[in-house]
Amino acid sequence: MARPLISVPATAKRGEIVEIKALIAHPMETGYRPGPDGRVLPRDIIRRFVCTYNDVEIFSADLFPAMSANPFIAFTTVAVESGTLTFTWTGDNGFSQSETATITVS
Amino acid sequence: MTACAGVARRALGPMVGAALGIAVAAAAEIPVDERRSGFDFMSRALQDMQRDDTLNPGMLWVLEGEELWHRKAGAGNLSCADCHGEATSSMRGVAARYPSYDEETRRPVDLQGRVNFCRTRHQQAPPLAPESQELLALVAYVAHQSRGMAIAPDPDPRLTPFRDRGRRLFHERQGQLNFSCAHCHDDNWGKRLGGSVIPQAHPTGYPIYRLEWQGLGSLQRRLRNCLVGVRAEPYPYDAPEYVDLELFLMDRARGLTVETPAVRP
Repeated sequence: MARPLISVPATAKRGEIVEIKALIAHPMETGYRPGPDGRVLPRDIIRRFVCTYNDVEIFSADLFPAMSANPFIAFTTVAVESGTLTFTWTGDNGFSQSETATITVS
Repeated sequence: MTACAGVARRALGPMVGAALGIAVAAAAEIPVDERRSGFDFMSRALQDMQRDDTLNPGMLWVLEGEELWHRKAGAGNLSCADCHGEATSSMRGVAARYPSYDEETRRPVDLQGRVNFCRTRHQQAPPLAPESQELLALVAYVAHQSRGMAIAPDPDPRLTPFRDRGRRLFHERQGQLNFSCAHCHDDNWGKRLGGSVIPQAHPTGYPIYRLEWQGLGSLQRRLRNCLVGVRAEPYPYDAPEYVDLELFLMDRARGLTVETPAVRP
């Protein structure tokens, strides 16, 4: 289950500051916890989150083991033009998930 | 352990008796106008997290459940939607009245039990494991359809003996600490146990996203937490005691609003 939940306003006025919220299902296993058999569970985290707006990177974040499961990231950007926002999460064990959202700027 | 408690009780007979007297005097049910969901005891930030669907991690399971609702399963090659149609109408109000009576087993059944009955009886698929992500997702999706509705338990008279059993369990002392559910949740709600507020134990938003769990969990999982907390041996998953307790708890929470998926600390 690695389904993202994204919130981007469908429409905005040019120059308006819009809030963008991104939530994704991920266990974010730290690599420090012992499992039921006493052995340390291997690390399994999202390491990087990137958001592009019409192929221009507007926000990125590095994630670390101390972050909670199902990480939630919120940030703002300026609505400059209509287009597509692409959200990409990448991490351990080849984890990669992308999601897009469109915004109409008037 | 029982023997130890017995010895201690004999030795401290009069004292414990006096203490019990006080406890019994205080152990009244919470008046209807003072019944409050665990939501009201949370911080403002957590309340916001539950209210905003883009912030509430429980919605991840609800979305997953919506997908599972339409996915065919088992030898019957049926999806939930093939029989029940769109959950938004057919499942509305279901979580507000469950657990309900199952004719075949002649016992009350909770939502997750019902999902698994549907799987084995109609879809001819293996039952989903307790606390599996699929089962939690389906139950969360179904229960979410009743969000905002008042809890109104099933009036079926065949449920009454089971509900009474749940009431007895709620008031029965258990474990090494020798507490009943009522000692905390009827007598001392609103006070603190360690750093946490003791809520009134109304099952308004299950399955819940609990920050401590970093995931979604069922009422059974939560009840196991409390049982372990009083140092009692928890019943195994799907034990009838959990459903009996849920019957009583839902009756006790009558009129409160369904919040699924709720967020709790």
